Amino acid sequence: MKETIRIKRMSEHLEAGTVPEILFWVGCAGSYDARAQKVAVSISKILTALNIEFAILGDEESCTGDPARRAGNEFLFQMQALQNIEILNGYSVKKILTICPHCFNTLKNEYPALGGNYDVIHHSQYLQELIDDGKLKVEGGDFKGKKLTYHDSCYLGRVNNVYEAPRKVLEALDADLVELKRCRTKGLCCGAGGAQMYKEDEPGDKRINAERVEEILATGAKVVAANCPFCLTMLGDGIKAEEKQEEVMVYDISELIVQSNNW
Amino acid sequence: MSIQQIAFLLVLGLVSFIGFKRYSRLRRNILLGKDVDFVQNAKKRWSNVLLVAFGQKKMFKNWIPAILHLFIYAAFVITQIELIEIIVDGVFGTHRFFAAGLGGFYTFIISFIEILSAFALFATIIFLWRRNMLKIPRFRKPEMKGWPTKDANLILIGELLLLTGICCMNGADMVLQEMNAEHYPQTGQFAITSWLGPALFGGLNESLLIAIERFGWWLHILTVFSFIIYLTYSKHLHILLAFPNVFYAKLKSRGEMENMPEIMNEVKSMMGLIPDSNETAEMSDELPSFGAKDIFDLEWRTILNAYTCTECGRCTAQCPANLTGKKLSPRKVMMDIRDRVEEVADGLDKGKIEMKDGKFDDGKSLFDYLDKEELYACTACNACVEACPVMIDPLSPILEMRRYDILSESAGPKDWLPMFNSIEQVGAVWQMPDARDKWTEQLTKKEN
Repeated sequence: MKETIRIKRMSEHLEAGTVPEILFWVGCAGSYDARAQKVAVSISKILTALNIEFAILGDEESCTGDPARRAGNEFLFQMQALQNIEILNGYSVKKILTICPHCFNTLKNEYPALGGNYDVIHHSQYLQELIDDGKLKVEGGDFKGKKLTYHDSCYLGRVNNVYEAPRKVLEALDADLVELKRCRTKGLCCGAGGAQMYKEDEPGDKRINAERVEEILATGAKVVAANCPFCLTMLGDGIKAEEKQEEVMVYDISELIVQSNNW
Repeated sequence: MSIQQIAFLLVLGLVSFIGFKRYSRLRRNILLGKDVDFVQNAKKRWSNVLLVAFGQKKMFKNWIPAILHLFIYAAFVITQIELIEIIVDGVFGTHRFFAAGLGGFYTFIISFIEILSAFALFATIIFLWRRNMLKIPRFRKPEMKGWPTKDANLILIGELLLLTGICCMNGADMVLQEMNAEHYPQTGQFAITSWLGPALFGGLNESLLIAIERFGWWLHILTVFSFIIYLTYSKHLHILLAFPNVFYAKLKSRGEMENMPEIMNEVKSMMGLIPDSNETAEMSDELPSFGAKDIFDLEWRTILNAYTCTECGRCTAQCPANLTGKKLSPRKVMMDIRDRVEEVADGLDKGKIEMKDGKFDDGKSLFDYLDKEELYACTACNACVEACPVMIDPLSPILEMRRYDILSESAGPKDWLPMFNSIEQVGAVWQMPDARDKWTEQLTKKEN
């Protein structure tokens, strides 16, 4: 059996009197969704490989409240947010790394009004920093010259204006990046935002992910890079509905790095 | 005092009177909305006005319509100079009052206006053709049926009338000047009408030419006056309101939904983070209402947004829900808000209903205009917010209405209940038997 690597909990650091460089906020998807768990594992592998001291909250972590707030349930949002802020402030957390643009947005933009002020960074930005600083090197060249496309998530792109960082990370793979017709500020939603993930669609002609997948398939790229666990699910489902799951793969950008480096 | 002067003063007085009433009403309607705390930052606000409103930065995401629109916009802005002269001439019975003082510069300004007007004419014709002949989806959505499309065409026809007025007025003037007619002093050769005037009106006798010149002058000013009043009934208010709308637009991150301090404090006191606020809460017996049920619950700048909306539909064209055939259209959200405000305003004007605590009850609300099906189709992706050239935010009212439906009515899609319950009970969007950190077992060392 393979030996597991243990990620320290914040509580252990507190007991030991140590402070990790960064808190990795896993999110509900990273914790429970089988597909997104692989992203949480990928990012942990990268951090471990680079000897970056990080910790997770473990069972002290709770939903940020984003879907509740966007659904209109402010009470639930406030309960979640204030609980989380109590815990984060209790550990004097300074820097938070997220793998979900929705967690990222809520922690970064919505917690300050409630008393939670942290330096929040999405993993695409963090990976770019590590590459720029020469700490993270992409080896192997698995994707060299391969046609690859990138899907902007709404909450990283349009909402938080992060368009370049993920593209810079993809550049490091030496792949042939083909932009989607609707990209950057015009990027089309995968259909999961605004708590749509948790309900059936309103009546219409088609699902939003189907619309996006048509555009993806039109590029001829066999690899789709994304930066959000919900986009991964929606795009994956859309590709499956077209029965292209054997040909076209959807990956988070961190997974592409792990694959390339054979970690 | 000439008959024309008297007529002009009467018309000017009438337009000022009606205009004052209409624009005061508009102001009152906008202020039916809730007061908001602003992030001050005047510097950023003025820079937005300069770049986005005046500079039309966001229009240039799409070059062809942006340039055509720029033609009409530039002509509109520069023609204001001529309009000042028309009013001076109208009041004092003068003719081309500025000509003598400005000399060659006057010739330049009027020539410049003529060239811009020619461009504007070109753009207006293209726009009429585009709206009526081309099948552009955003102009053919259900909310555009009837009045909105007619409104758009009337504005473009008004533009043609204005340009016809300028052409007759300047063209006949050029010919009259050549004839050295009395009261038509030399102004130098205007860029377009110096050849178009003689081509159209050359050889006509003096009194007919004067009639044409006067017809052009009156057509121009009467169209402008009608337009000022018509604006308040039409979608075209953006030519005025785009500026304040951009100035007051939200500067906070798009990612930050408006906080609800009353709920935050309630939860804080439940959690024992602040002393119990029961004493202050006892003051009101009624259950508080959250979110937006009606226009009074919206920020006043959302109502300003609704009056600023020119129904171009760039938001709807980018909306993922609308693109996939759902009923939601962000443009319709803004149109519905305006329609509801107008309904309330009519009620107030007729004295049918009185305001009570800043609200009134006619048994109706925004929910009579907007279906829940529309509200709940939104993915909060911000594409509509990004798309609007004048910084209208259709997402805020959608989310505020969701808040009302969920918090005050305990309604909303039943699919969401398991998600709400799960978050409340186990702190995750899905109810899973595993521990939150079970995934870490998948993190293994690489086998060598």
